[in-house]
Amino acid sequence: MILAWLIVVPLVAGALAWLGERQSARLCRWIALLALGADLALLAAIWLNAPAIDPTVRSGWLVEAARPWIPRFGIDFHVAMDGLGLLMVALTLFLGIVAVACSWTEIRERVGFFHANLLWSIAGIVGVFVALDLFLFFFLWEVMLVPMYFLIAIWGHENRIYSAIKFFIFTQASSLLMLASIVGLAWINASATGEWTFNYFALLGTDLEPNIAMWLMLGFFIAFAVKLPAVPFHTWLPDAHTDAPTAGSIILAGVLLKTGAYGLIRFVVPLFPDAAMRIAPVAMALAVAGILYGAVLAFAQVDFKRLVAYTSVSHLGFVLLGIFAWNELALQGAIMGMIAHGLSTGGLFAVAGALQERLHTRDMRRMGGLWLRLPRMGAVALFFAIASLGLPGLANFVAEFLVLLGSFAVAPAAAVLAAVGLIFAAVYSLVLIQRSFHGPAKKEIRATDFDRREMAWSAAMIVALVWLGLRPQPVFDAARPTLEELGVPAVLSDEGAEP
Amino acid sequence: MTFTSAHLVALLPIVVLGGAAIVVLLLAAFSPSRRVTTGATAIALAATLATLPIAARVIPLDVSPLIRIDGAALLYTGLLVACTLGVLGLSTAYLKGLGESVGELCILLVTAALGAAVLSASSHFASLFLGIELVSVSLFALLAYARDEKPNLEASLKYVILSGVSSAFLLFGIALVYTELGTLEFARIAELVPLESASSVYIAGGLGFVIAGIAFKMSLVPFHLWTPDVYQGAPAPITAFLATVSKGAVFVVLLRYFMLADAYAYRPLIVALSLLAGASMLLGNVLALLQNNVKRILAYSSIAHIGYLLVAFIAGGAVAIESASYYLAAYLASSIGAFGVVAILSSGVEGETQTLREYRGLYWRRPWLAAVFSLMLLSLAGIPLTMGFVAKFYVVAASIDASLWVLLALVIVGSGIGLFYYLRVLVTLYLEPDDVTPDGARAAAAPSGHVVLAVASVAVIWLGIFPAQLIDVVRALAFTNG
Repeated sequence: MILAWLIVVPLVAGALAWLGERQSARLCRWIALLALGADLALLAAIWLNAPAIDPTVRSGWLVEAARPWIPRFGIDFHVAMDGLGLLMVALTLFLGIVAVACSWTEIRERVGFFHANLLWSIAGIVGVFVALDLFLFFFLWEVMLVPMYFLIAIWGHENRIYSAIKFFIFTQASSLLMLASIVGLAWINASATGEWTFNYFALLGTDLEPNIAMWLMLGFFIAFAVKLPAVPFHTWLPDAHTDAPTAGSIILAGVLLKTGAYGLIRFVVPLFPDAAMRIAPVAMALAVAGILYGAVLAFAQVDFKRLVAYTSVSHLGFVLLGIFAWNELALQGAIMGMIAHGLSTGGLFAVAGALQERLHTRDMRRMGGLWLRLPRMGAVALFFAIASLGLPGLANFVAEFLVLLGSFAVAPAAAVLAAVGLIFAAVYSLVLIQRSFHGPAKKEIRATDFDRREMAWSAAMIVALVWLGLRPQPVFDAARPTLEELGVPAVLSDEGAEP
Repeated sequence: MTFTSAHLVALLPIVVLGGAAIVVLLLAAFSPSRRVTTGATAIALAATLATLPIAARVIPLDVSPLIRIDGAALLYTGLLVACTLGVLGLSTAYLKGLGESVGELCILLVTAALGAAVLSASSHFASLFLGIELVSVSLFALLAYARDEKPNLEASLKYVILSGVSSAFLLFGIALVYTELGTLEFARIAELVPLESASSVYIAGGLGFVIAGIAFKMSLVPFHLWTPDVYQGAPAPITAFLATVSKGAVFVVLLRYFMLADAYAYRPLIVALSLLAGASMLLGNVLALLQNNVKRILAYSSIAHIGYLLVAFIAGGAVAIESASYYLAAYLASSIGAFGVVAILSSGVEGETQTLREYRGLYWRRPWLAAVFSLMLLSLAGIPLTMGFVAKFYVVAASIDASLWVLLALVIVGSGIGLFYYLRVLVTLYLEPDDVTPDGARAAAAPSGHVVLAVASVAVIWLGIFPAQLIDVVRALAFTNG
């Protein structure tokens, strides 16, 4: 049950942090940091000793555990981790630590409750990445929302109430559709086998009529598309990201969005392969629309965080494109894209938070010339910006390149249009830097440059981005067994895809 | 029929409650101590709960044609009496702040609980009417309990008039059914209805009137107009009683009628109930959006919740009884908790604490109450880690099981709308406090109220995370109908 500990540790630490509020704010921060560090150590232990922990695990998986939970409906506390889950949980915990570090001086009120919410949200997200019972998955899917709602609503910026409620209603209403689909799927399975179960592996083989499969698939797809977000469902994102506190933005952009992509890979396509392939053209069209539309909107923003938020729409468009191209190259690209986006965009949000803490504004019209006063911060921001635009040698380049390569084999038009997005990415990333850090200083800004703590989290993220950019193979190796289990075709055997 | 000791054992819960009413009446008359009266009442209600396992040994059993004690009857009696106990705890806390005497309240609560127990076990239209009137007449006085408060009197008067009208509907409907069938027993109706032409005007009209009367008591749209006003005007703990025991008991008797009289086979009735449920979910949620008064928001939310409950009920079959029972339990626990917070905050406060403004920043002033309130709101909204989520899951499962696609869509739409106002209240609790009058230390001394909140919170969380325990009990009892 080592996987259960991954969820329990942040849950308990959250409660401790809440109680520790009366002692001192420092204590809460350290509890959060230690808990996430401990979780990361647990994860490393799983990764290093995987076959030894659970020698009987099914192929493609590292560890698995199940306990009956609600026998009435055949619901189990069923968790398992494979390479994909491992990567996602690692990203979650890493960004969780960064989020705590970023909030060290930003959050001064109700520190305990803040860290409690942060940790609970992370516990829910980790759970989502390891849950293999569809009921449990849905349960945790919702658990991660409530604390995030509090993070935005209590510690957010100007329009926090509006944004928090919008965020919650969008995701919750769409997830009710998913609940209906989950129950529908389980019910169809139950009427065929005579026994209720929400077990992922049992439901994988459910025999569905094409029409019904389409409806059920749409229930899942909409929930994940809202979370991702794909274009017509994206309107909650700029508001929520802009008004969230820094840690909230990092977790939201860095990992919460990835739960949508993860859900598509783990549930939508495997459970409903035919229906998913039928809507693949639509999904890819949405993806391309998202890439271009997000980029154009990002360019038009004057609010630092809002600009970064719209770039997420664009970046996640690449992920969506890669998923529905459904071949190994594109999916490896999509998975790498999820990680790279988490790091680079998380970094940009962290910089935005640091700027806001110093200048009390996110309006780029009131910035300009900051490089002169804050050279270290400028350099860090520039790095994340060029990572975000996909400079070769950094992780985002690997991701986008693979997605384009993989999707070109399936849908050349989509790949060509998506490639245009790369040019837009260069434009908005450089505009971001130019408007805020370059040019003449608009007014006397008295602010201190990044201190050691801030340089530490920046350095961690920079190293990760460079490392993944230069040597992405470990990520591919981790994800490959998952993709093999899913039966993803290798693109290079396809005709016409020869480079 | 002969009355054996087994019959007496089966009837124990009702006997204990009836005896308790007399004892409490005497105590209230002769003992000046409020502590003795409330203590005796609490013990009597707890004793009733304790008799349930004893009665469970002899079920199912028909005690006269009026009463049928079976697993469901005991389950619902337990739920409703437990809720009454909760209301008692809240009321003593509330009245302490108000300086009113508590004796009469205890008597009325026990008689109302007796009515609820009779309804839970009713198998005959006579006991149905008797039970409903026992609950309603007790409520007339309870609603106007704080006589000096004008809103109390207004609420009571409204309820008296509308309740009277609905009782008249109910009686008339029962009479029509009797004219046609010559029986008032639920089980006999099941035998006779298929023989008669299903389109008989008397049956259709009679059952229509009965449903209208019952819909009044359950405040289903379009018979809901009294609900927000009465909820707002009544003393907060009594509002809790109205929302939980009074509604729950009527729902339970409806469920029993359908089970015993096999009314699921009678399509027009199902269609009528579906319309009522759909309208309640939609309108209840939409109207709640426009409110700025917490009690009114909760009133409209309760209308919507009875709508969801009816969906589980309409689904029919084995899953339906189970899901309706679980939903009812979740609704009762969450409502007691939510209204309980309002009651404790309102204790000794003129005009009660009910506008949304007064709840602003509650978390920073009264963290415990705000945490409980948040939990209950999340449960009502159906968010995981609470009973409300499992209940909503059950409703979805039941409606898919019965292929009620339109109602399922309405459940989803309704829940989506519902989220908005629950979140609105929720977020208010955590806003920066502003200069509205904070509720002073007056309401602090109310241990019994806090105990009730603690119990409700533990139940909502525990059964939200480990629902299997309650599910097992529900399944074991709901299927001992013979």
